[in-house]
Amino acid sequence: MADMLEINNLGISFGGLREVDDFHVNIRQGELYGLIGPNGAGKTTVFNLLTGVYRPDEGKIRLDGQDITGKKTIEINKAGVARTFQNIRLFHQMSVLDNVKAGLHNHYHYSTMSGILRLPVYRRTEKEMDERALHLLEVFDLAGEADYLAANLPYGKQRKLEIARALATDPKMLLLDEPAAGMNPNETAELMETIRYVLDRFHITILLIEHDMKLVSGICEKLTVLNFGRVLAEGPTAEVLHDPEVIKAYLGE
Amino acid sequence: MKNKKFRSNLITYGIVIAAFVIVQALQNAGRLSSLMTGMLVPICVYVVLAVSLNLVVGISGELSLGHAGFMCAGAFSGALFTNIVKENLTIGPLRLVLAMLIGSAVAALFGLAIGIPVLRLKGDYLAIVTLAFGEIIKNVMNIFFIGQDSNGFHFSTKDQFSLNMEPGGKVLLSGPMGITGTPKDATFLAGVILILVTLFVVLNLMDSRTGRAIMAIRDNRIAAESIGLNIMKHKLLAFTVSAALAGAAGSLYAHNLATLQAKKFDYNFSILALVFVVLGGIGNIRGSVIAAIVLTALPEMLRGLSNYRMLIYSVILIAMMLFTWAPRVLEWRERHFGRFLGKKIKEVE
Amino acid sequence: MRFLFYLINGISLGSVYAIIALGYSMVYGIAKMLNFAHGDVIMVGGYAAFTSAVTLGLHPVLSIGVAIVVCTVLGVIIESVAYRPLLEASSSLAVLITAIGVSYFLQNLVLLIFGSNSKSFQSLIRIPGLSLAGGTLVISGEMIVTIVACIVIMLALTCFINRTKMGQAMLAVSEDKGAAQLMGINVNGTIALTFAIGSGLAAIAGVLLCSSYPSLTPYTGAMPGIKAFVAAVFGGIGSIPGAFLGGILLGIIEIFAKGYISTQLSDAIVFGVLIIVLLVRPTGLLGKKIQEKV
Repeated sequence: MADMLEINNLGISFGGLREVDDFHVNIRQGELYGLIGPNGAGKTTVFNLLTGVYRPDEGKIRLDGQDITGKKTIEINKAGVARTFQNIRLFHQMSVLDNVKAGLHNHYHYSTMSGILRLPVYRRTEKEMDERALHLLEVFDLAGEADYLAANLPYGKQRKLEIARALATDPKMLLLDEPAAGMNPNETAELMETIRYVLDRFHITILLIEHDMKLVSGICEKLTVLNFGRVLAEGPTAEVLHDPEVIKAYLGE
Repeated sequence: MKNKKFRSNLITYGIVIAAFVIVQALQNAGRLSSLMTGMLVPICVYVVLAVSLNLVVGISGELSLGHAGFMCAGAFSGALFTNIVKENLTIGPLRLVLAMLIGSAVAALFGLAIGIPVLRLKGDYLAIVTLAFGEIIKNVMNIFFIGQDSNGFHFSTKDQFSLNMEPGGKVLLSGPMGITGTPKDATFLAGVILILVTLFVVLNLMDSRTGRAIMAIRDNRIAAESIGLNIMKHKLLAFTVSAALAGAAGSLYAHNLATLQAKKFDYNFSILALVFVVLGGIGNIRGSVIAAIVLTALPEMLRGLSNYRMLIYSVILIAMMLFTWAPRVLEWRERHFGRFLGKKIKEVE
Repeated sequence: MRFLFYLINGISLGSVYAIIALGYSMVYGIAKMLNFAHGDVIMVGGYAAFTSAVTLGLHPVLSIGVAIVVCTVLGVIIESVAYRPLLEASSSLAVLITAIGVSYFLQNLVLLIFGSNSKSFQSLIRIPGLSLAGGTLVISGEMIVTIVACIVIMLALTCFINRTKMGQAMLAVSEDKGAAQLMGINVNGTIALTFAIGSGLAAIAGVLLCSSYPSLTPYTGAMPGIKAFVAAVFGGIGSIPGAFLGGILLGIIEIFAKGYISTQLSDAIVFGVLIIVLLVRPTGLLGKKIQEKV
């Protein structure tokens, strides 16, 4: 099977500092892939390069065979990449439902004018959007809070809402930036289950950054370890986690 | 949620209609002072101005201090239209509707032309640039002379003698002296209808696919980009719609004045609109309506205090800001007046 | 010769803008607010100097001193009563509107006390002008004093900020209030000091402005206040050389526009140049680029 995501020789510098160097990864369709590494290793920078927040200095990024290197964030999202953020970025002053409906924006259409004039196409499309959004919220057990302001959700649920919103854009590839950060062990376990469910249910591919080793070893099939902006090790999870180099990088000499 | 929004919108329309009915009743009973009667159209203009500015400041989250410029563009284009057609088109209301449509179209063009370059800037930088554009529009309007005779239109930027018109030609726009002789087509009813149309546009826009995108961009630009929302397109849309509504308000305003001069539309006018928006609650449309009414009527009500009125007005303004926004005061209010008031404060934020 | 005359006039007007802009830029840097009342402090400075020189008949230098003291005290009062409670408010618009309220207040207070008639301000500067090139180019004493004052103030401020503890504290507070507090800096005191300096500079600018353009009304300060902010943005807000450069350039552009193009359009041209500069360099001529962290 062809690779869903193929990155070669990706690199970027900030003010002479080599943030990411010769990063490469091949992720197959339907895989759950982990990107780990110590603090400051450049994991989030890889995400930002991948989603067009930064333009890479060199390298190639292919999504499902299509070259998306250096494209804008919006185009990359339209090509099929959605993400969450390490520091949660919700639309705080909007309802939980509207957060997800904002994610549906590019998949349901009616003109601004028919929205203002409340034409039948507005009512019909909004109803479809409501149904789809509620369905997504149900997957994350958030349907009961649909009317809440996003800012008023507890922390764990905010993380879930962010994933629901990303899924609303109907991506091929989902990038999760430390989805379990700040969660307690129970919440983490529940999240692991949800992620696995999402992977099967939505036929997507997931790349996740994580600190929580338990989560990584529990659900990721393959891993890449990043250290000082470079790939330190890659391969099946069990092998990588026993690699002496990796252990050294994590625990020190 | 849907129902709650719907009901809230109905209340907003209801307040406007109720205010209209009460004022009409008072007027018929002869209980309204001539001063207050004269204020009716300007109050409507301010309400539209505040609501339309709230679309940019509250809903789109961009600080604009150039709203008076759009109003100026709408006022001058609308008044010019009426003065050109006034001999041939004598139906006042129709003339006014057309003038308002033209005013809003011209203002929308200005909004688009200004929005495309400046909306890349953020925060106070955007504020100062929009203020600059508002002042430029005012200054440029100030130097134009337009005349009309049997040969057609004549333009000049020097004085009215440079228009080179044949005798009997009429001067439509006379530089800093502005436009005189616009028929007084503006009525309170027209003003109220414009308010209702404005509310209809803004409230329905907010509760639509486009409105959601605009608010999403306001709440978190980076996240909005990550789900494929086009930032510029939506900011520009909000900015242009807002300019168009301000233009219509400007046109209405021009049809209530014996003399229309560009210097009226300086940055203080934009700031006044911003005061309404902030005091009424940023993003709170109904609040803008109420704040514009109360704060426009307030200085008139204080007129008995003659020279002190603007001083008192400014003190009230400062006190209201401290009372509604200072974190310490909010804390104190929550402690002493319980949850009800506390909750209301949260909503405004 | 006309060119030189305009140039010197422009530098002189620009020096006034630069003095105001220096104060504005410092206040903006530390409070992150558009202080719409700053221009009205200039106006109050003008009236204070006018009253002490004309009504009380004080010596010019003493009158300037009175203006500085009045404005400094006024600045500190405004900051502590109207702005400080709102600096932590959930929207930065709150303090902006309050500043507008303060601006209305000052204008109307002065209107009540002095009336709306324009006061003809007698120049407080007693230095004779320079006559150059056989009398074809005259540089007035006001111009010389204004330009010299501006340079002295800029150098003094640079030294103050770079060489003194209080100056460093100002930099720290404008960079990060929370961290400054943790380092043991008296944040409120530093902010008050900044307002004091900014308002004192506004007083000097007020006296110089009224000496060169001798007409004083309650609304005299509003436009120079806005233009000084434009100058500060122009040069890059928060930067002292930026405010200086922005002020001087703005003055020169304004005088040249008035002289060569149109008096009525000079403001439009000044604002037009600002817009172009910001579109090309969104943080001003000497400003730092800031990128949001994702």
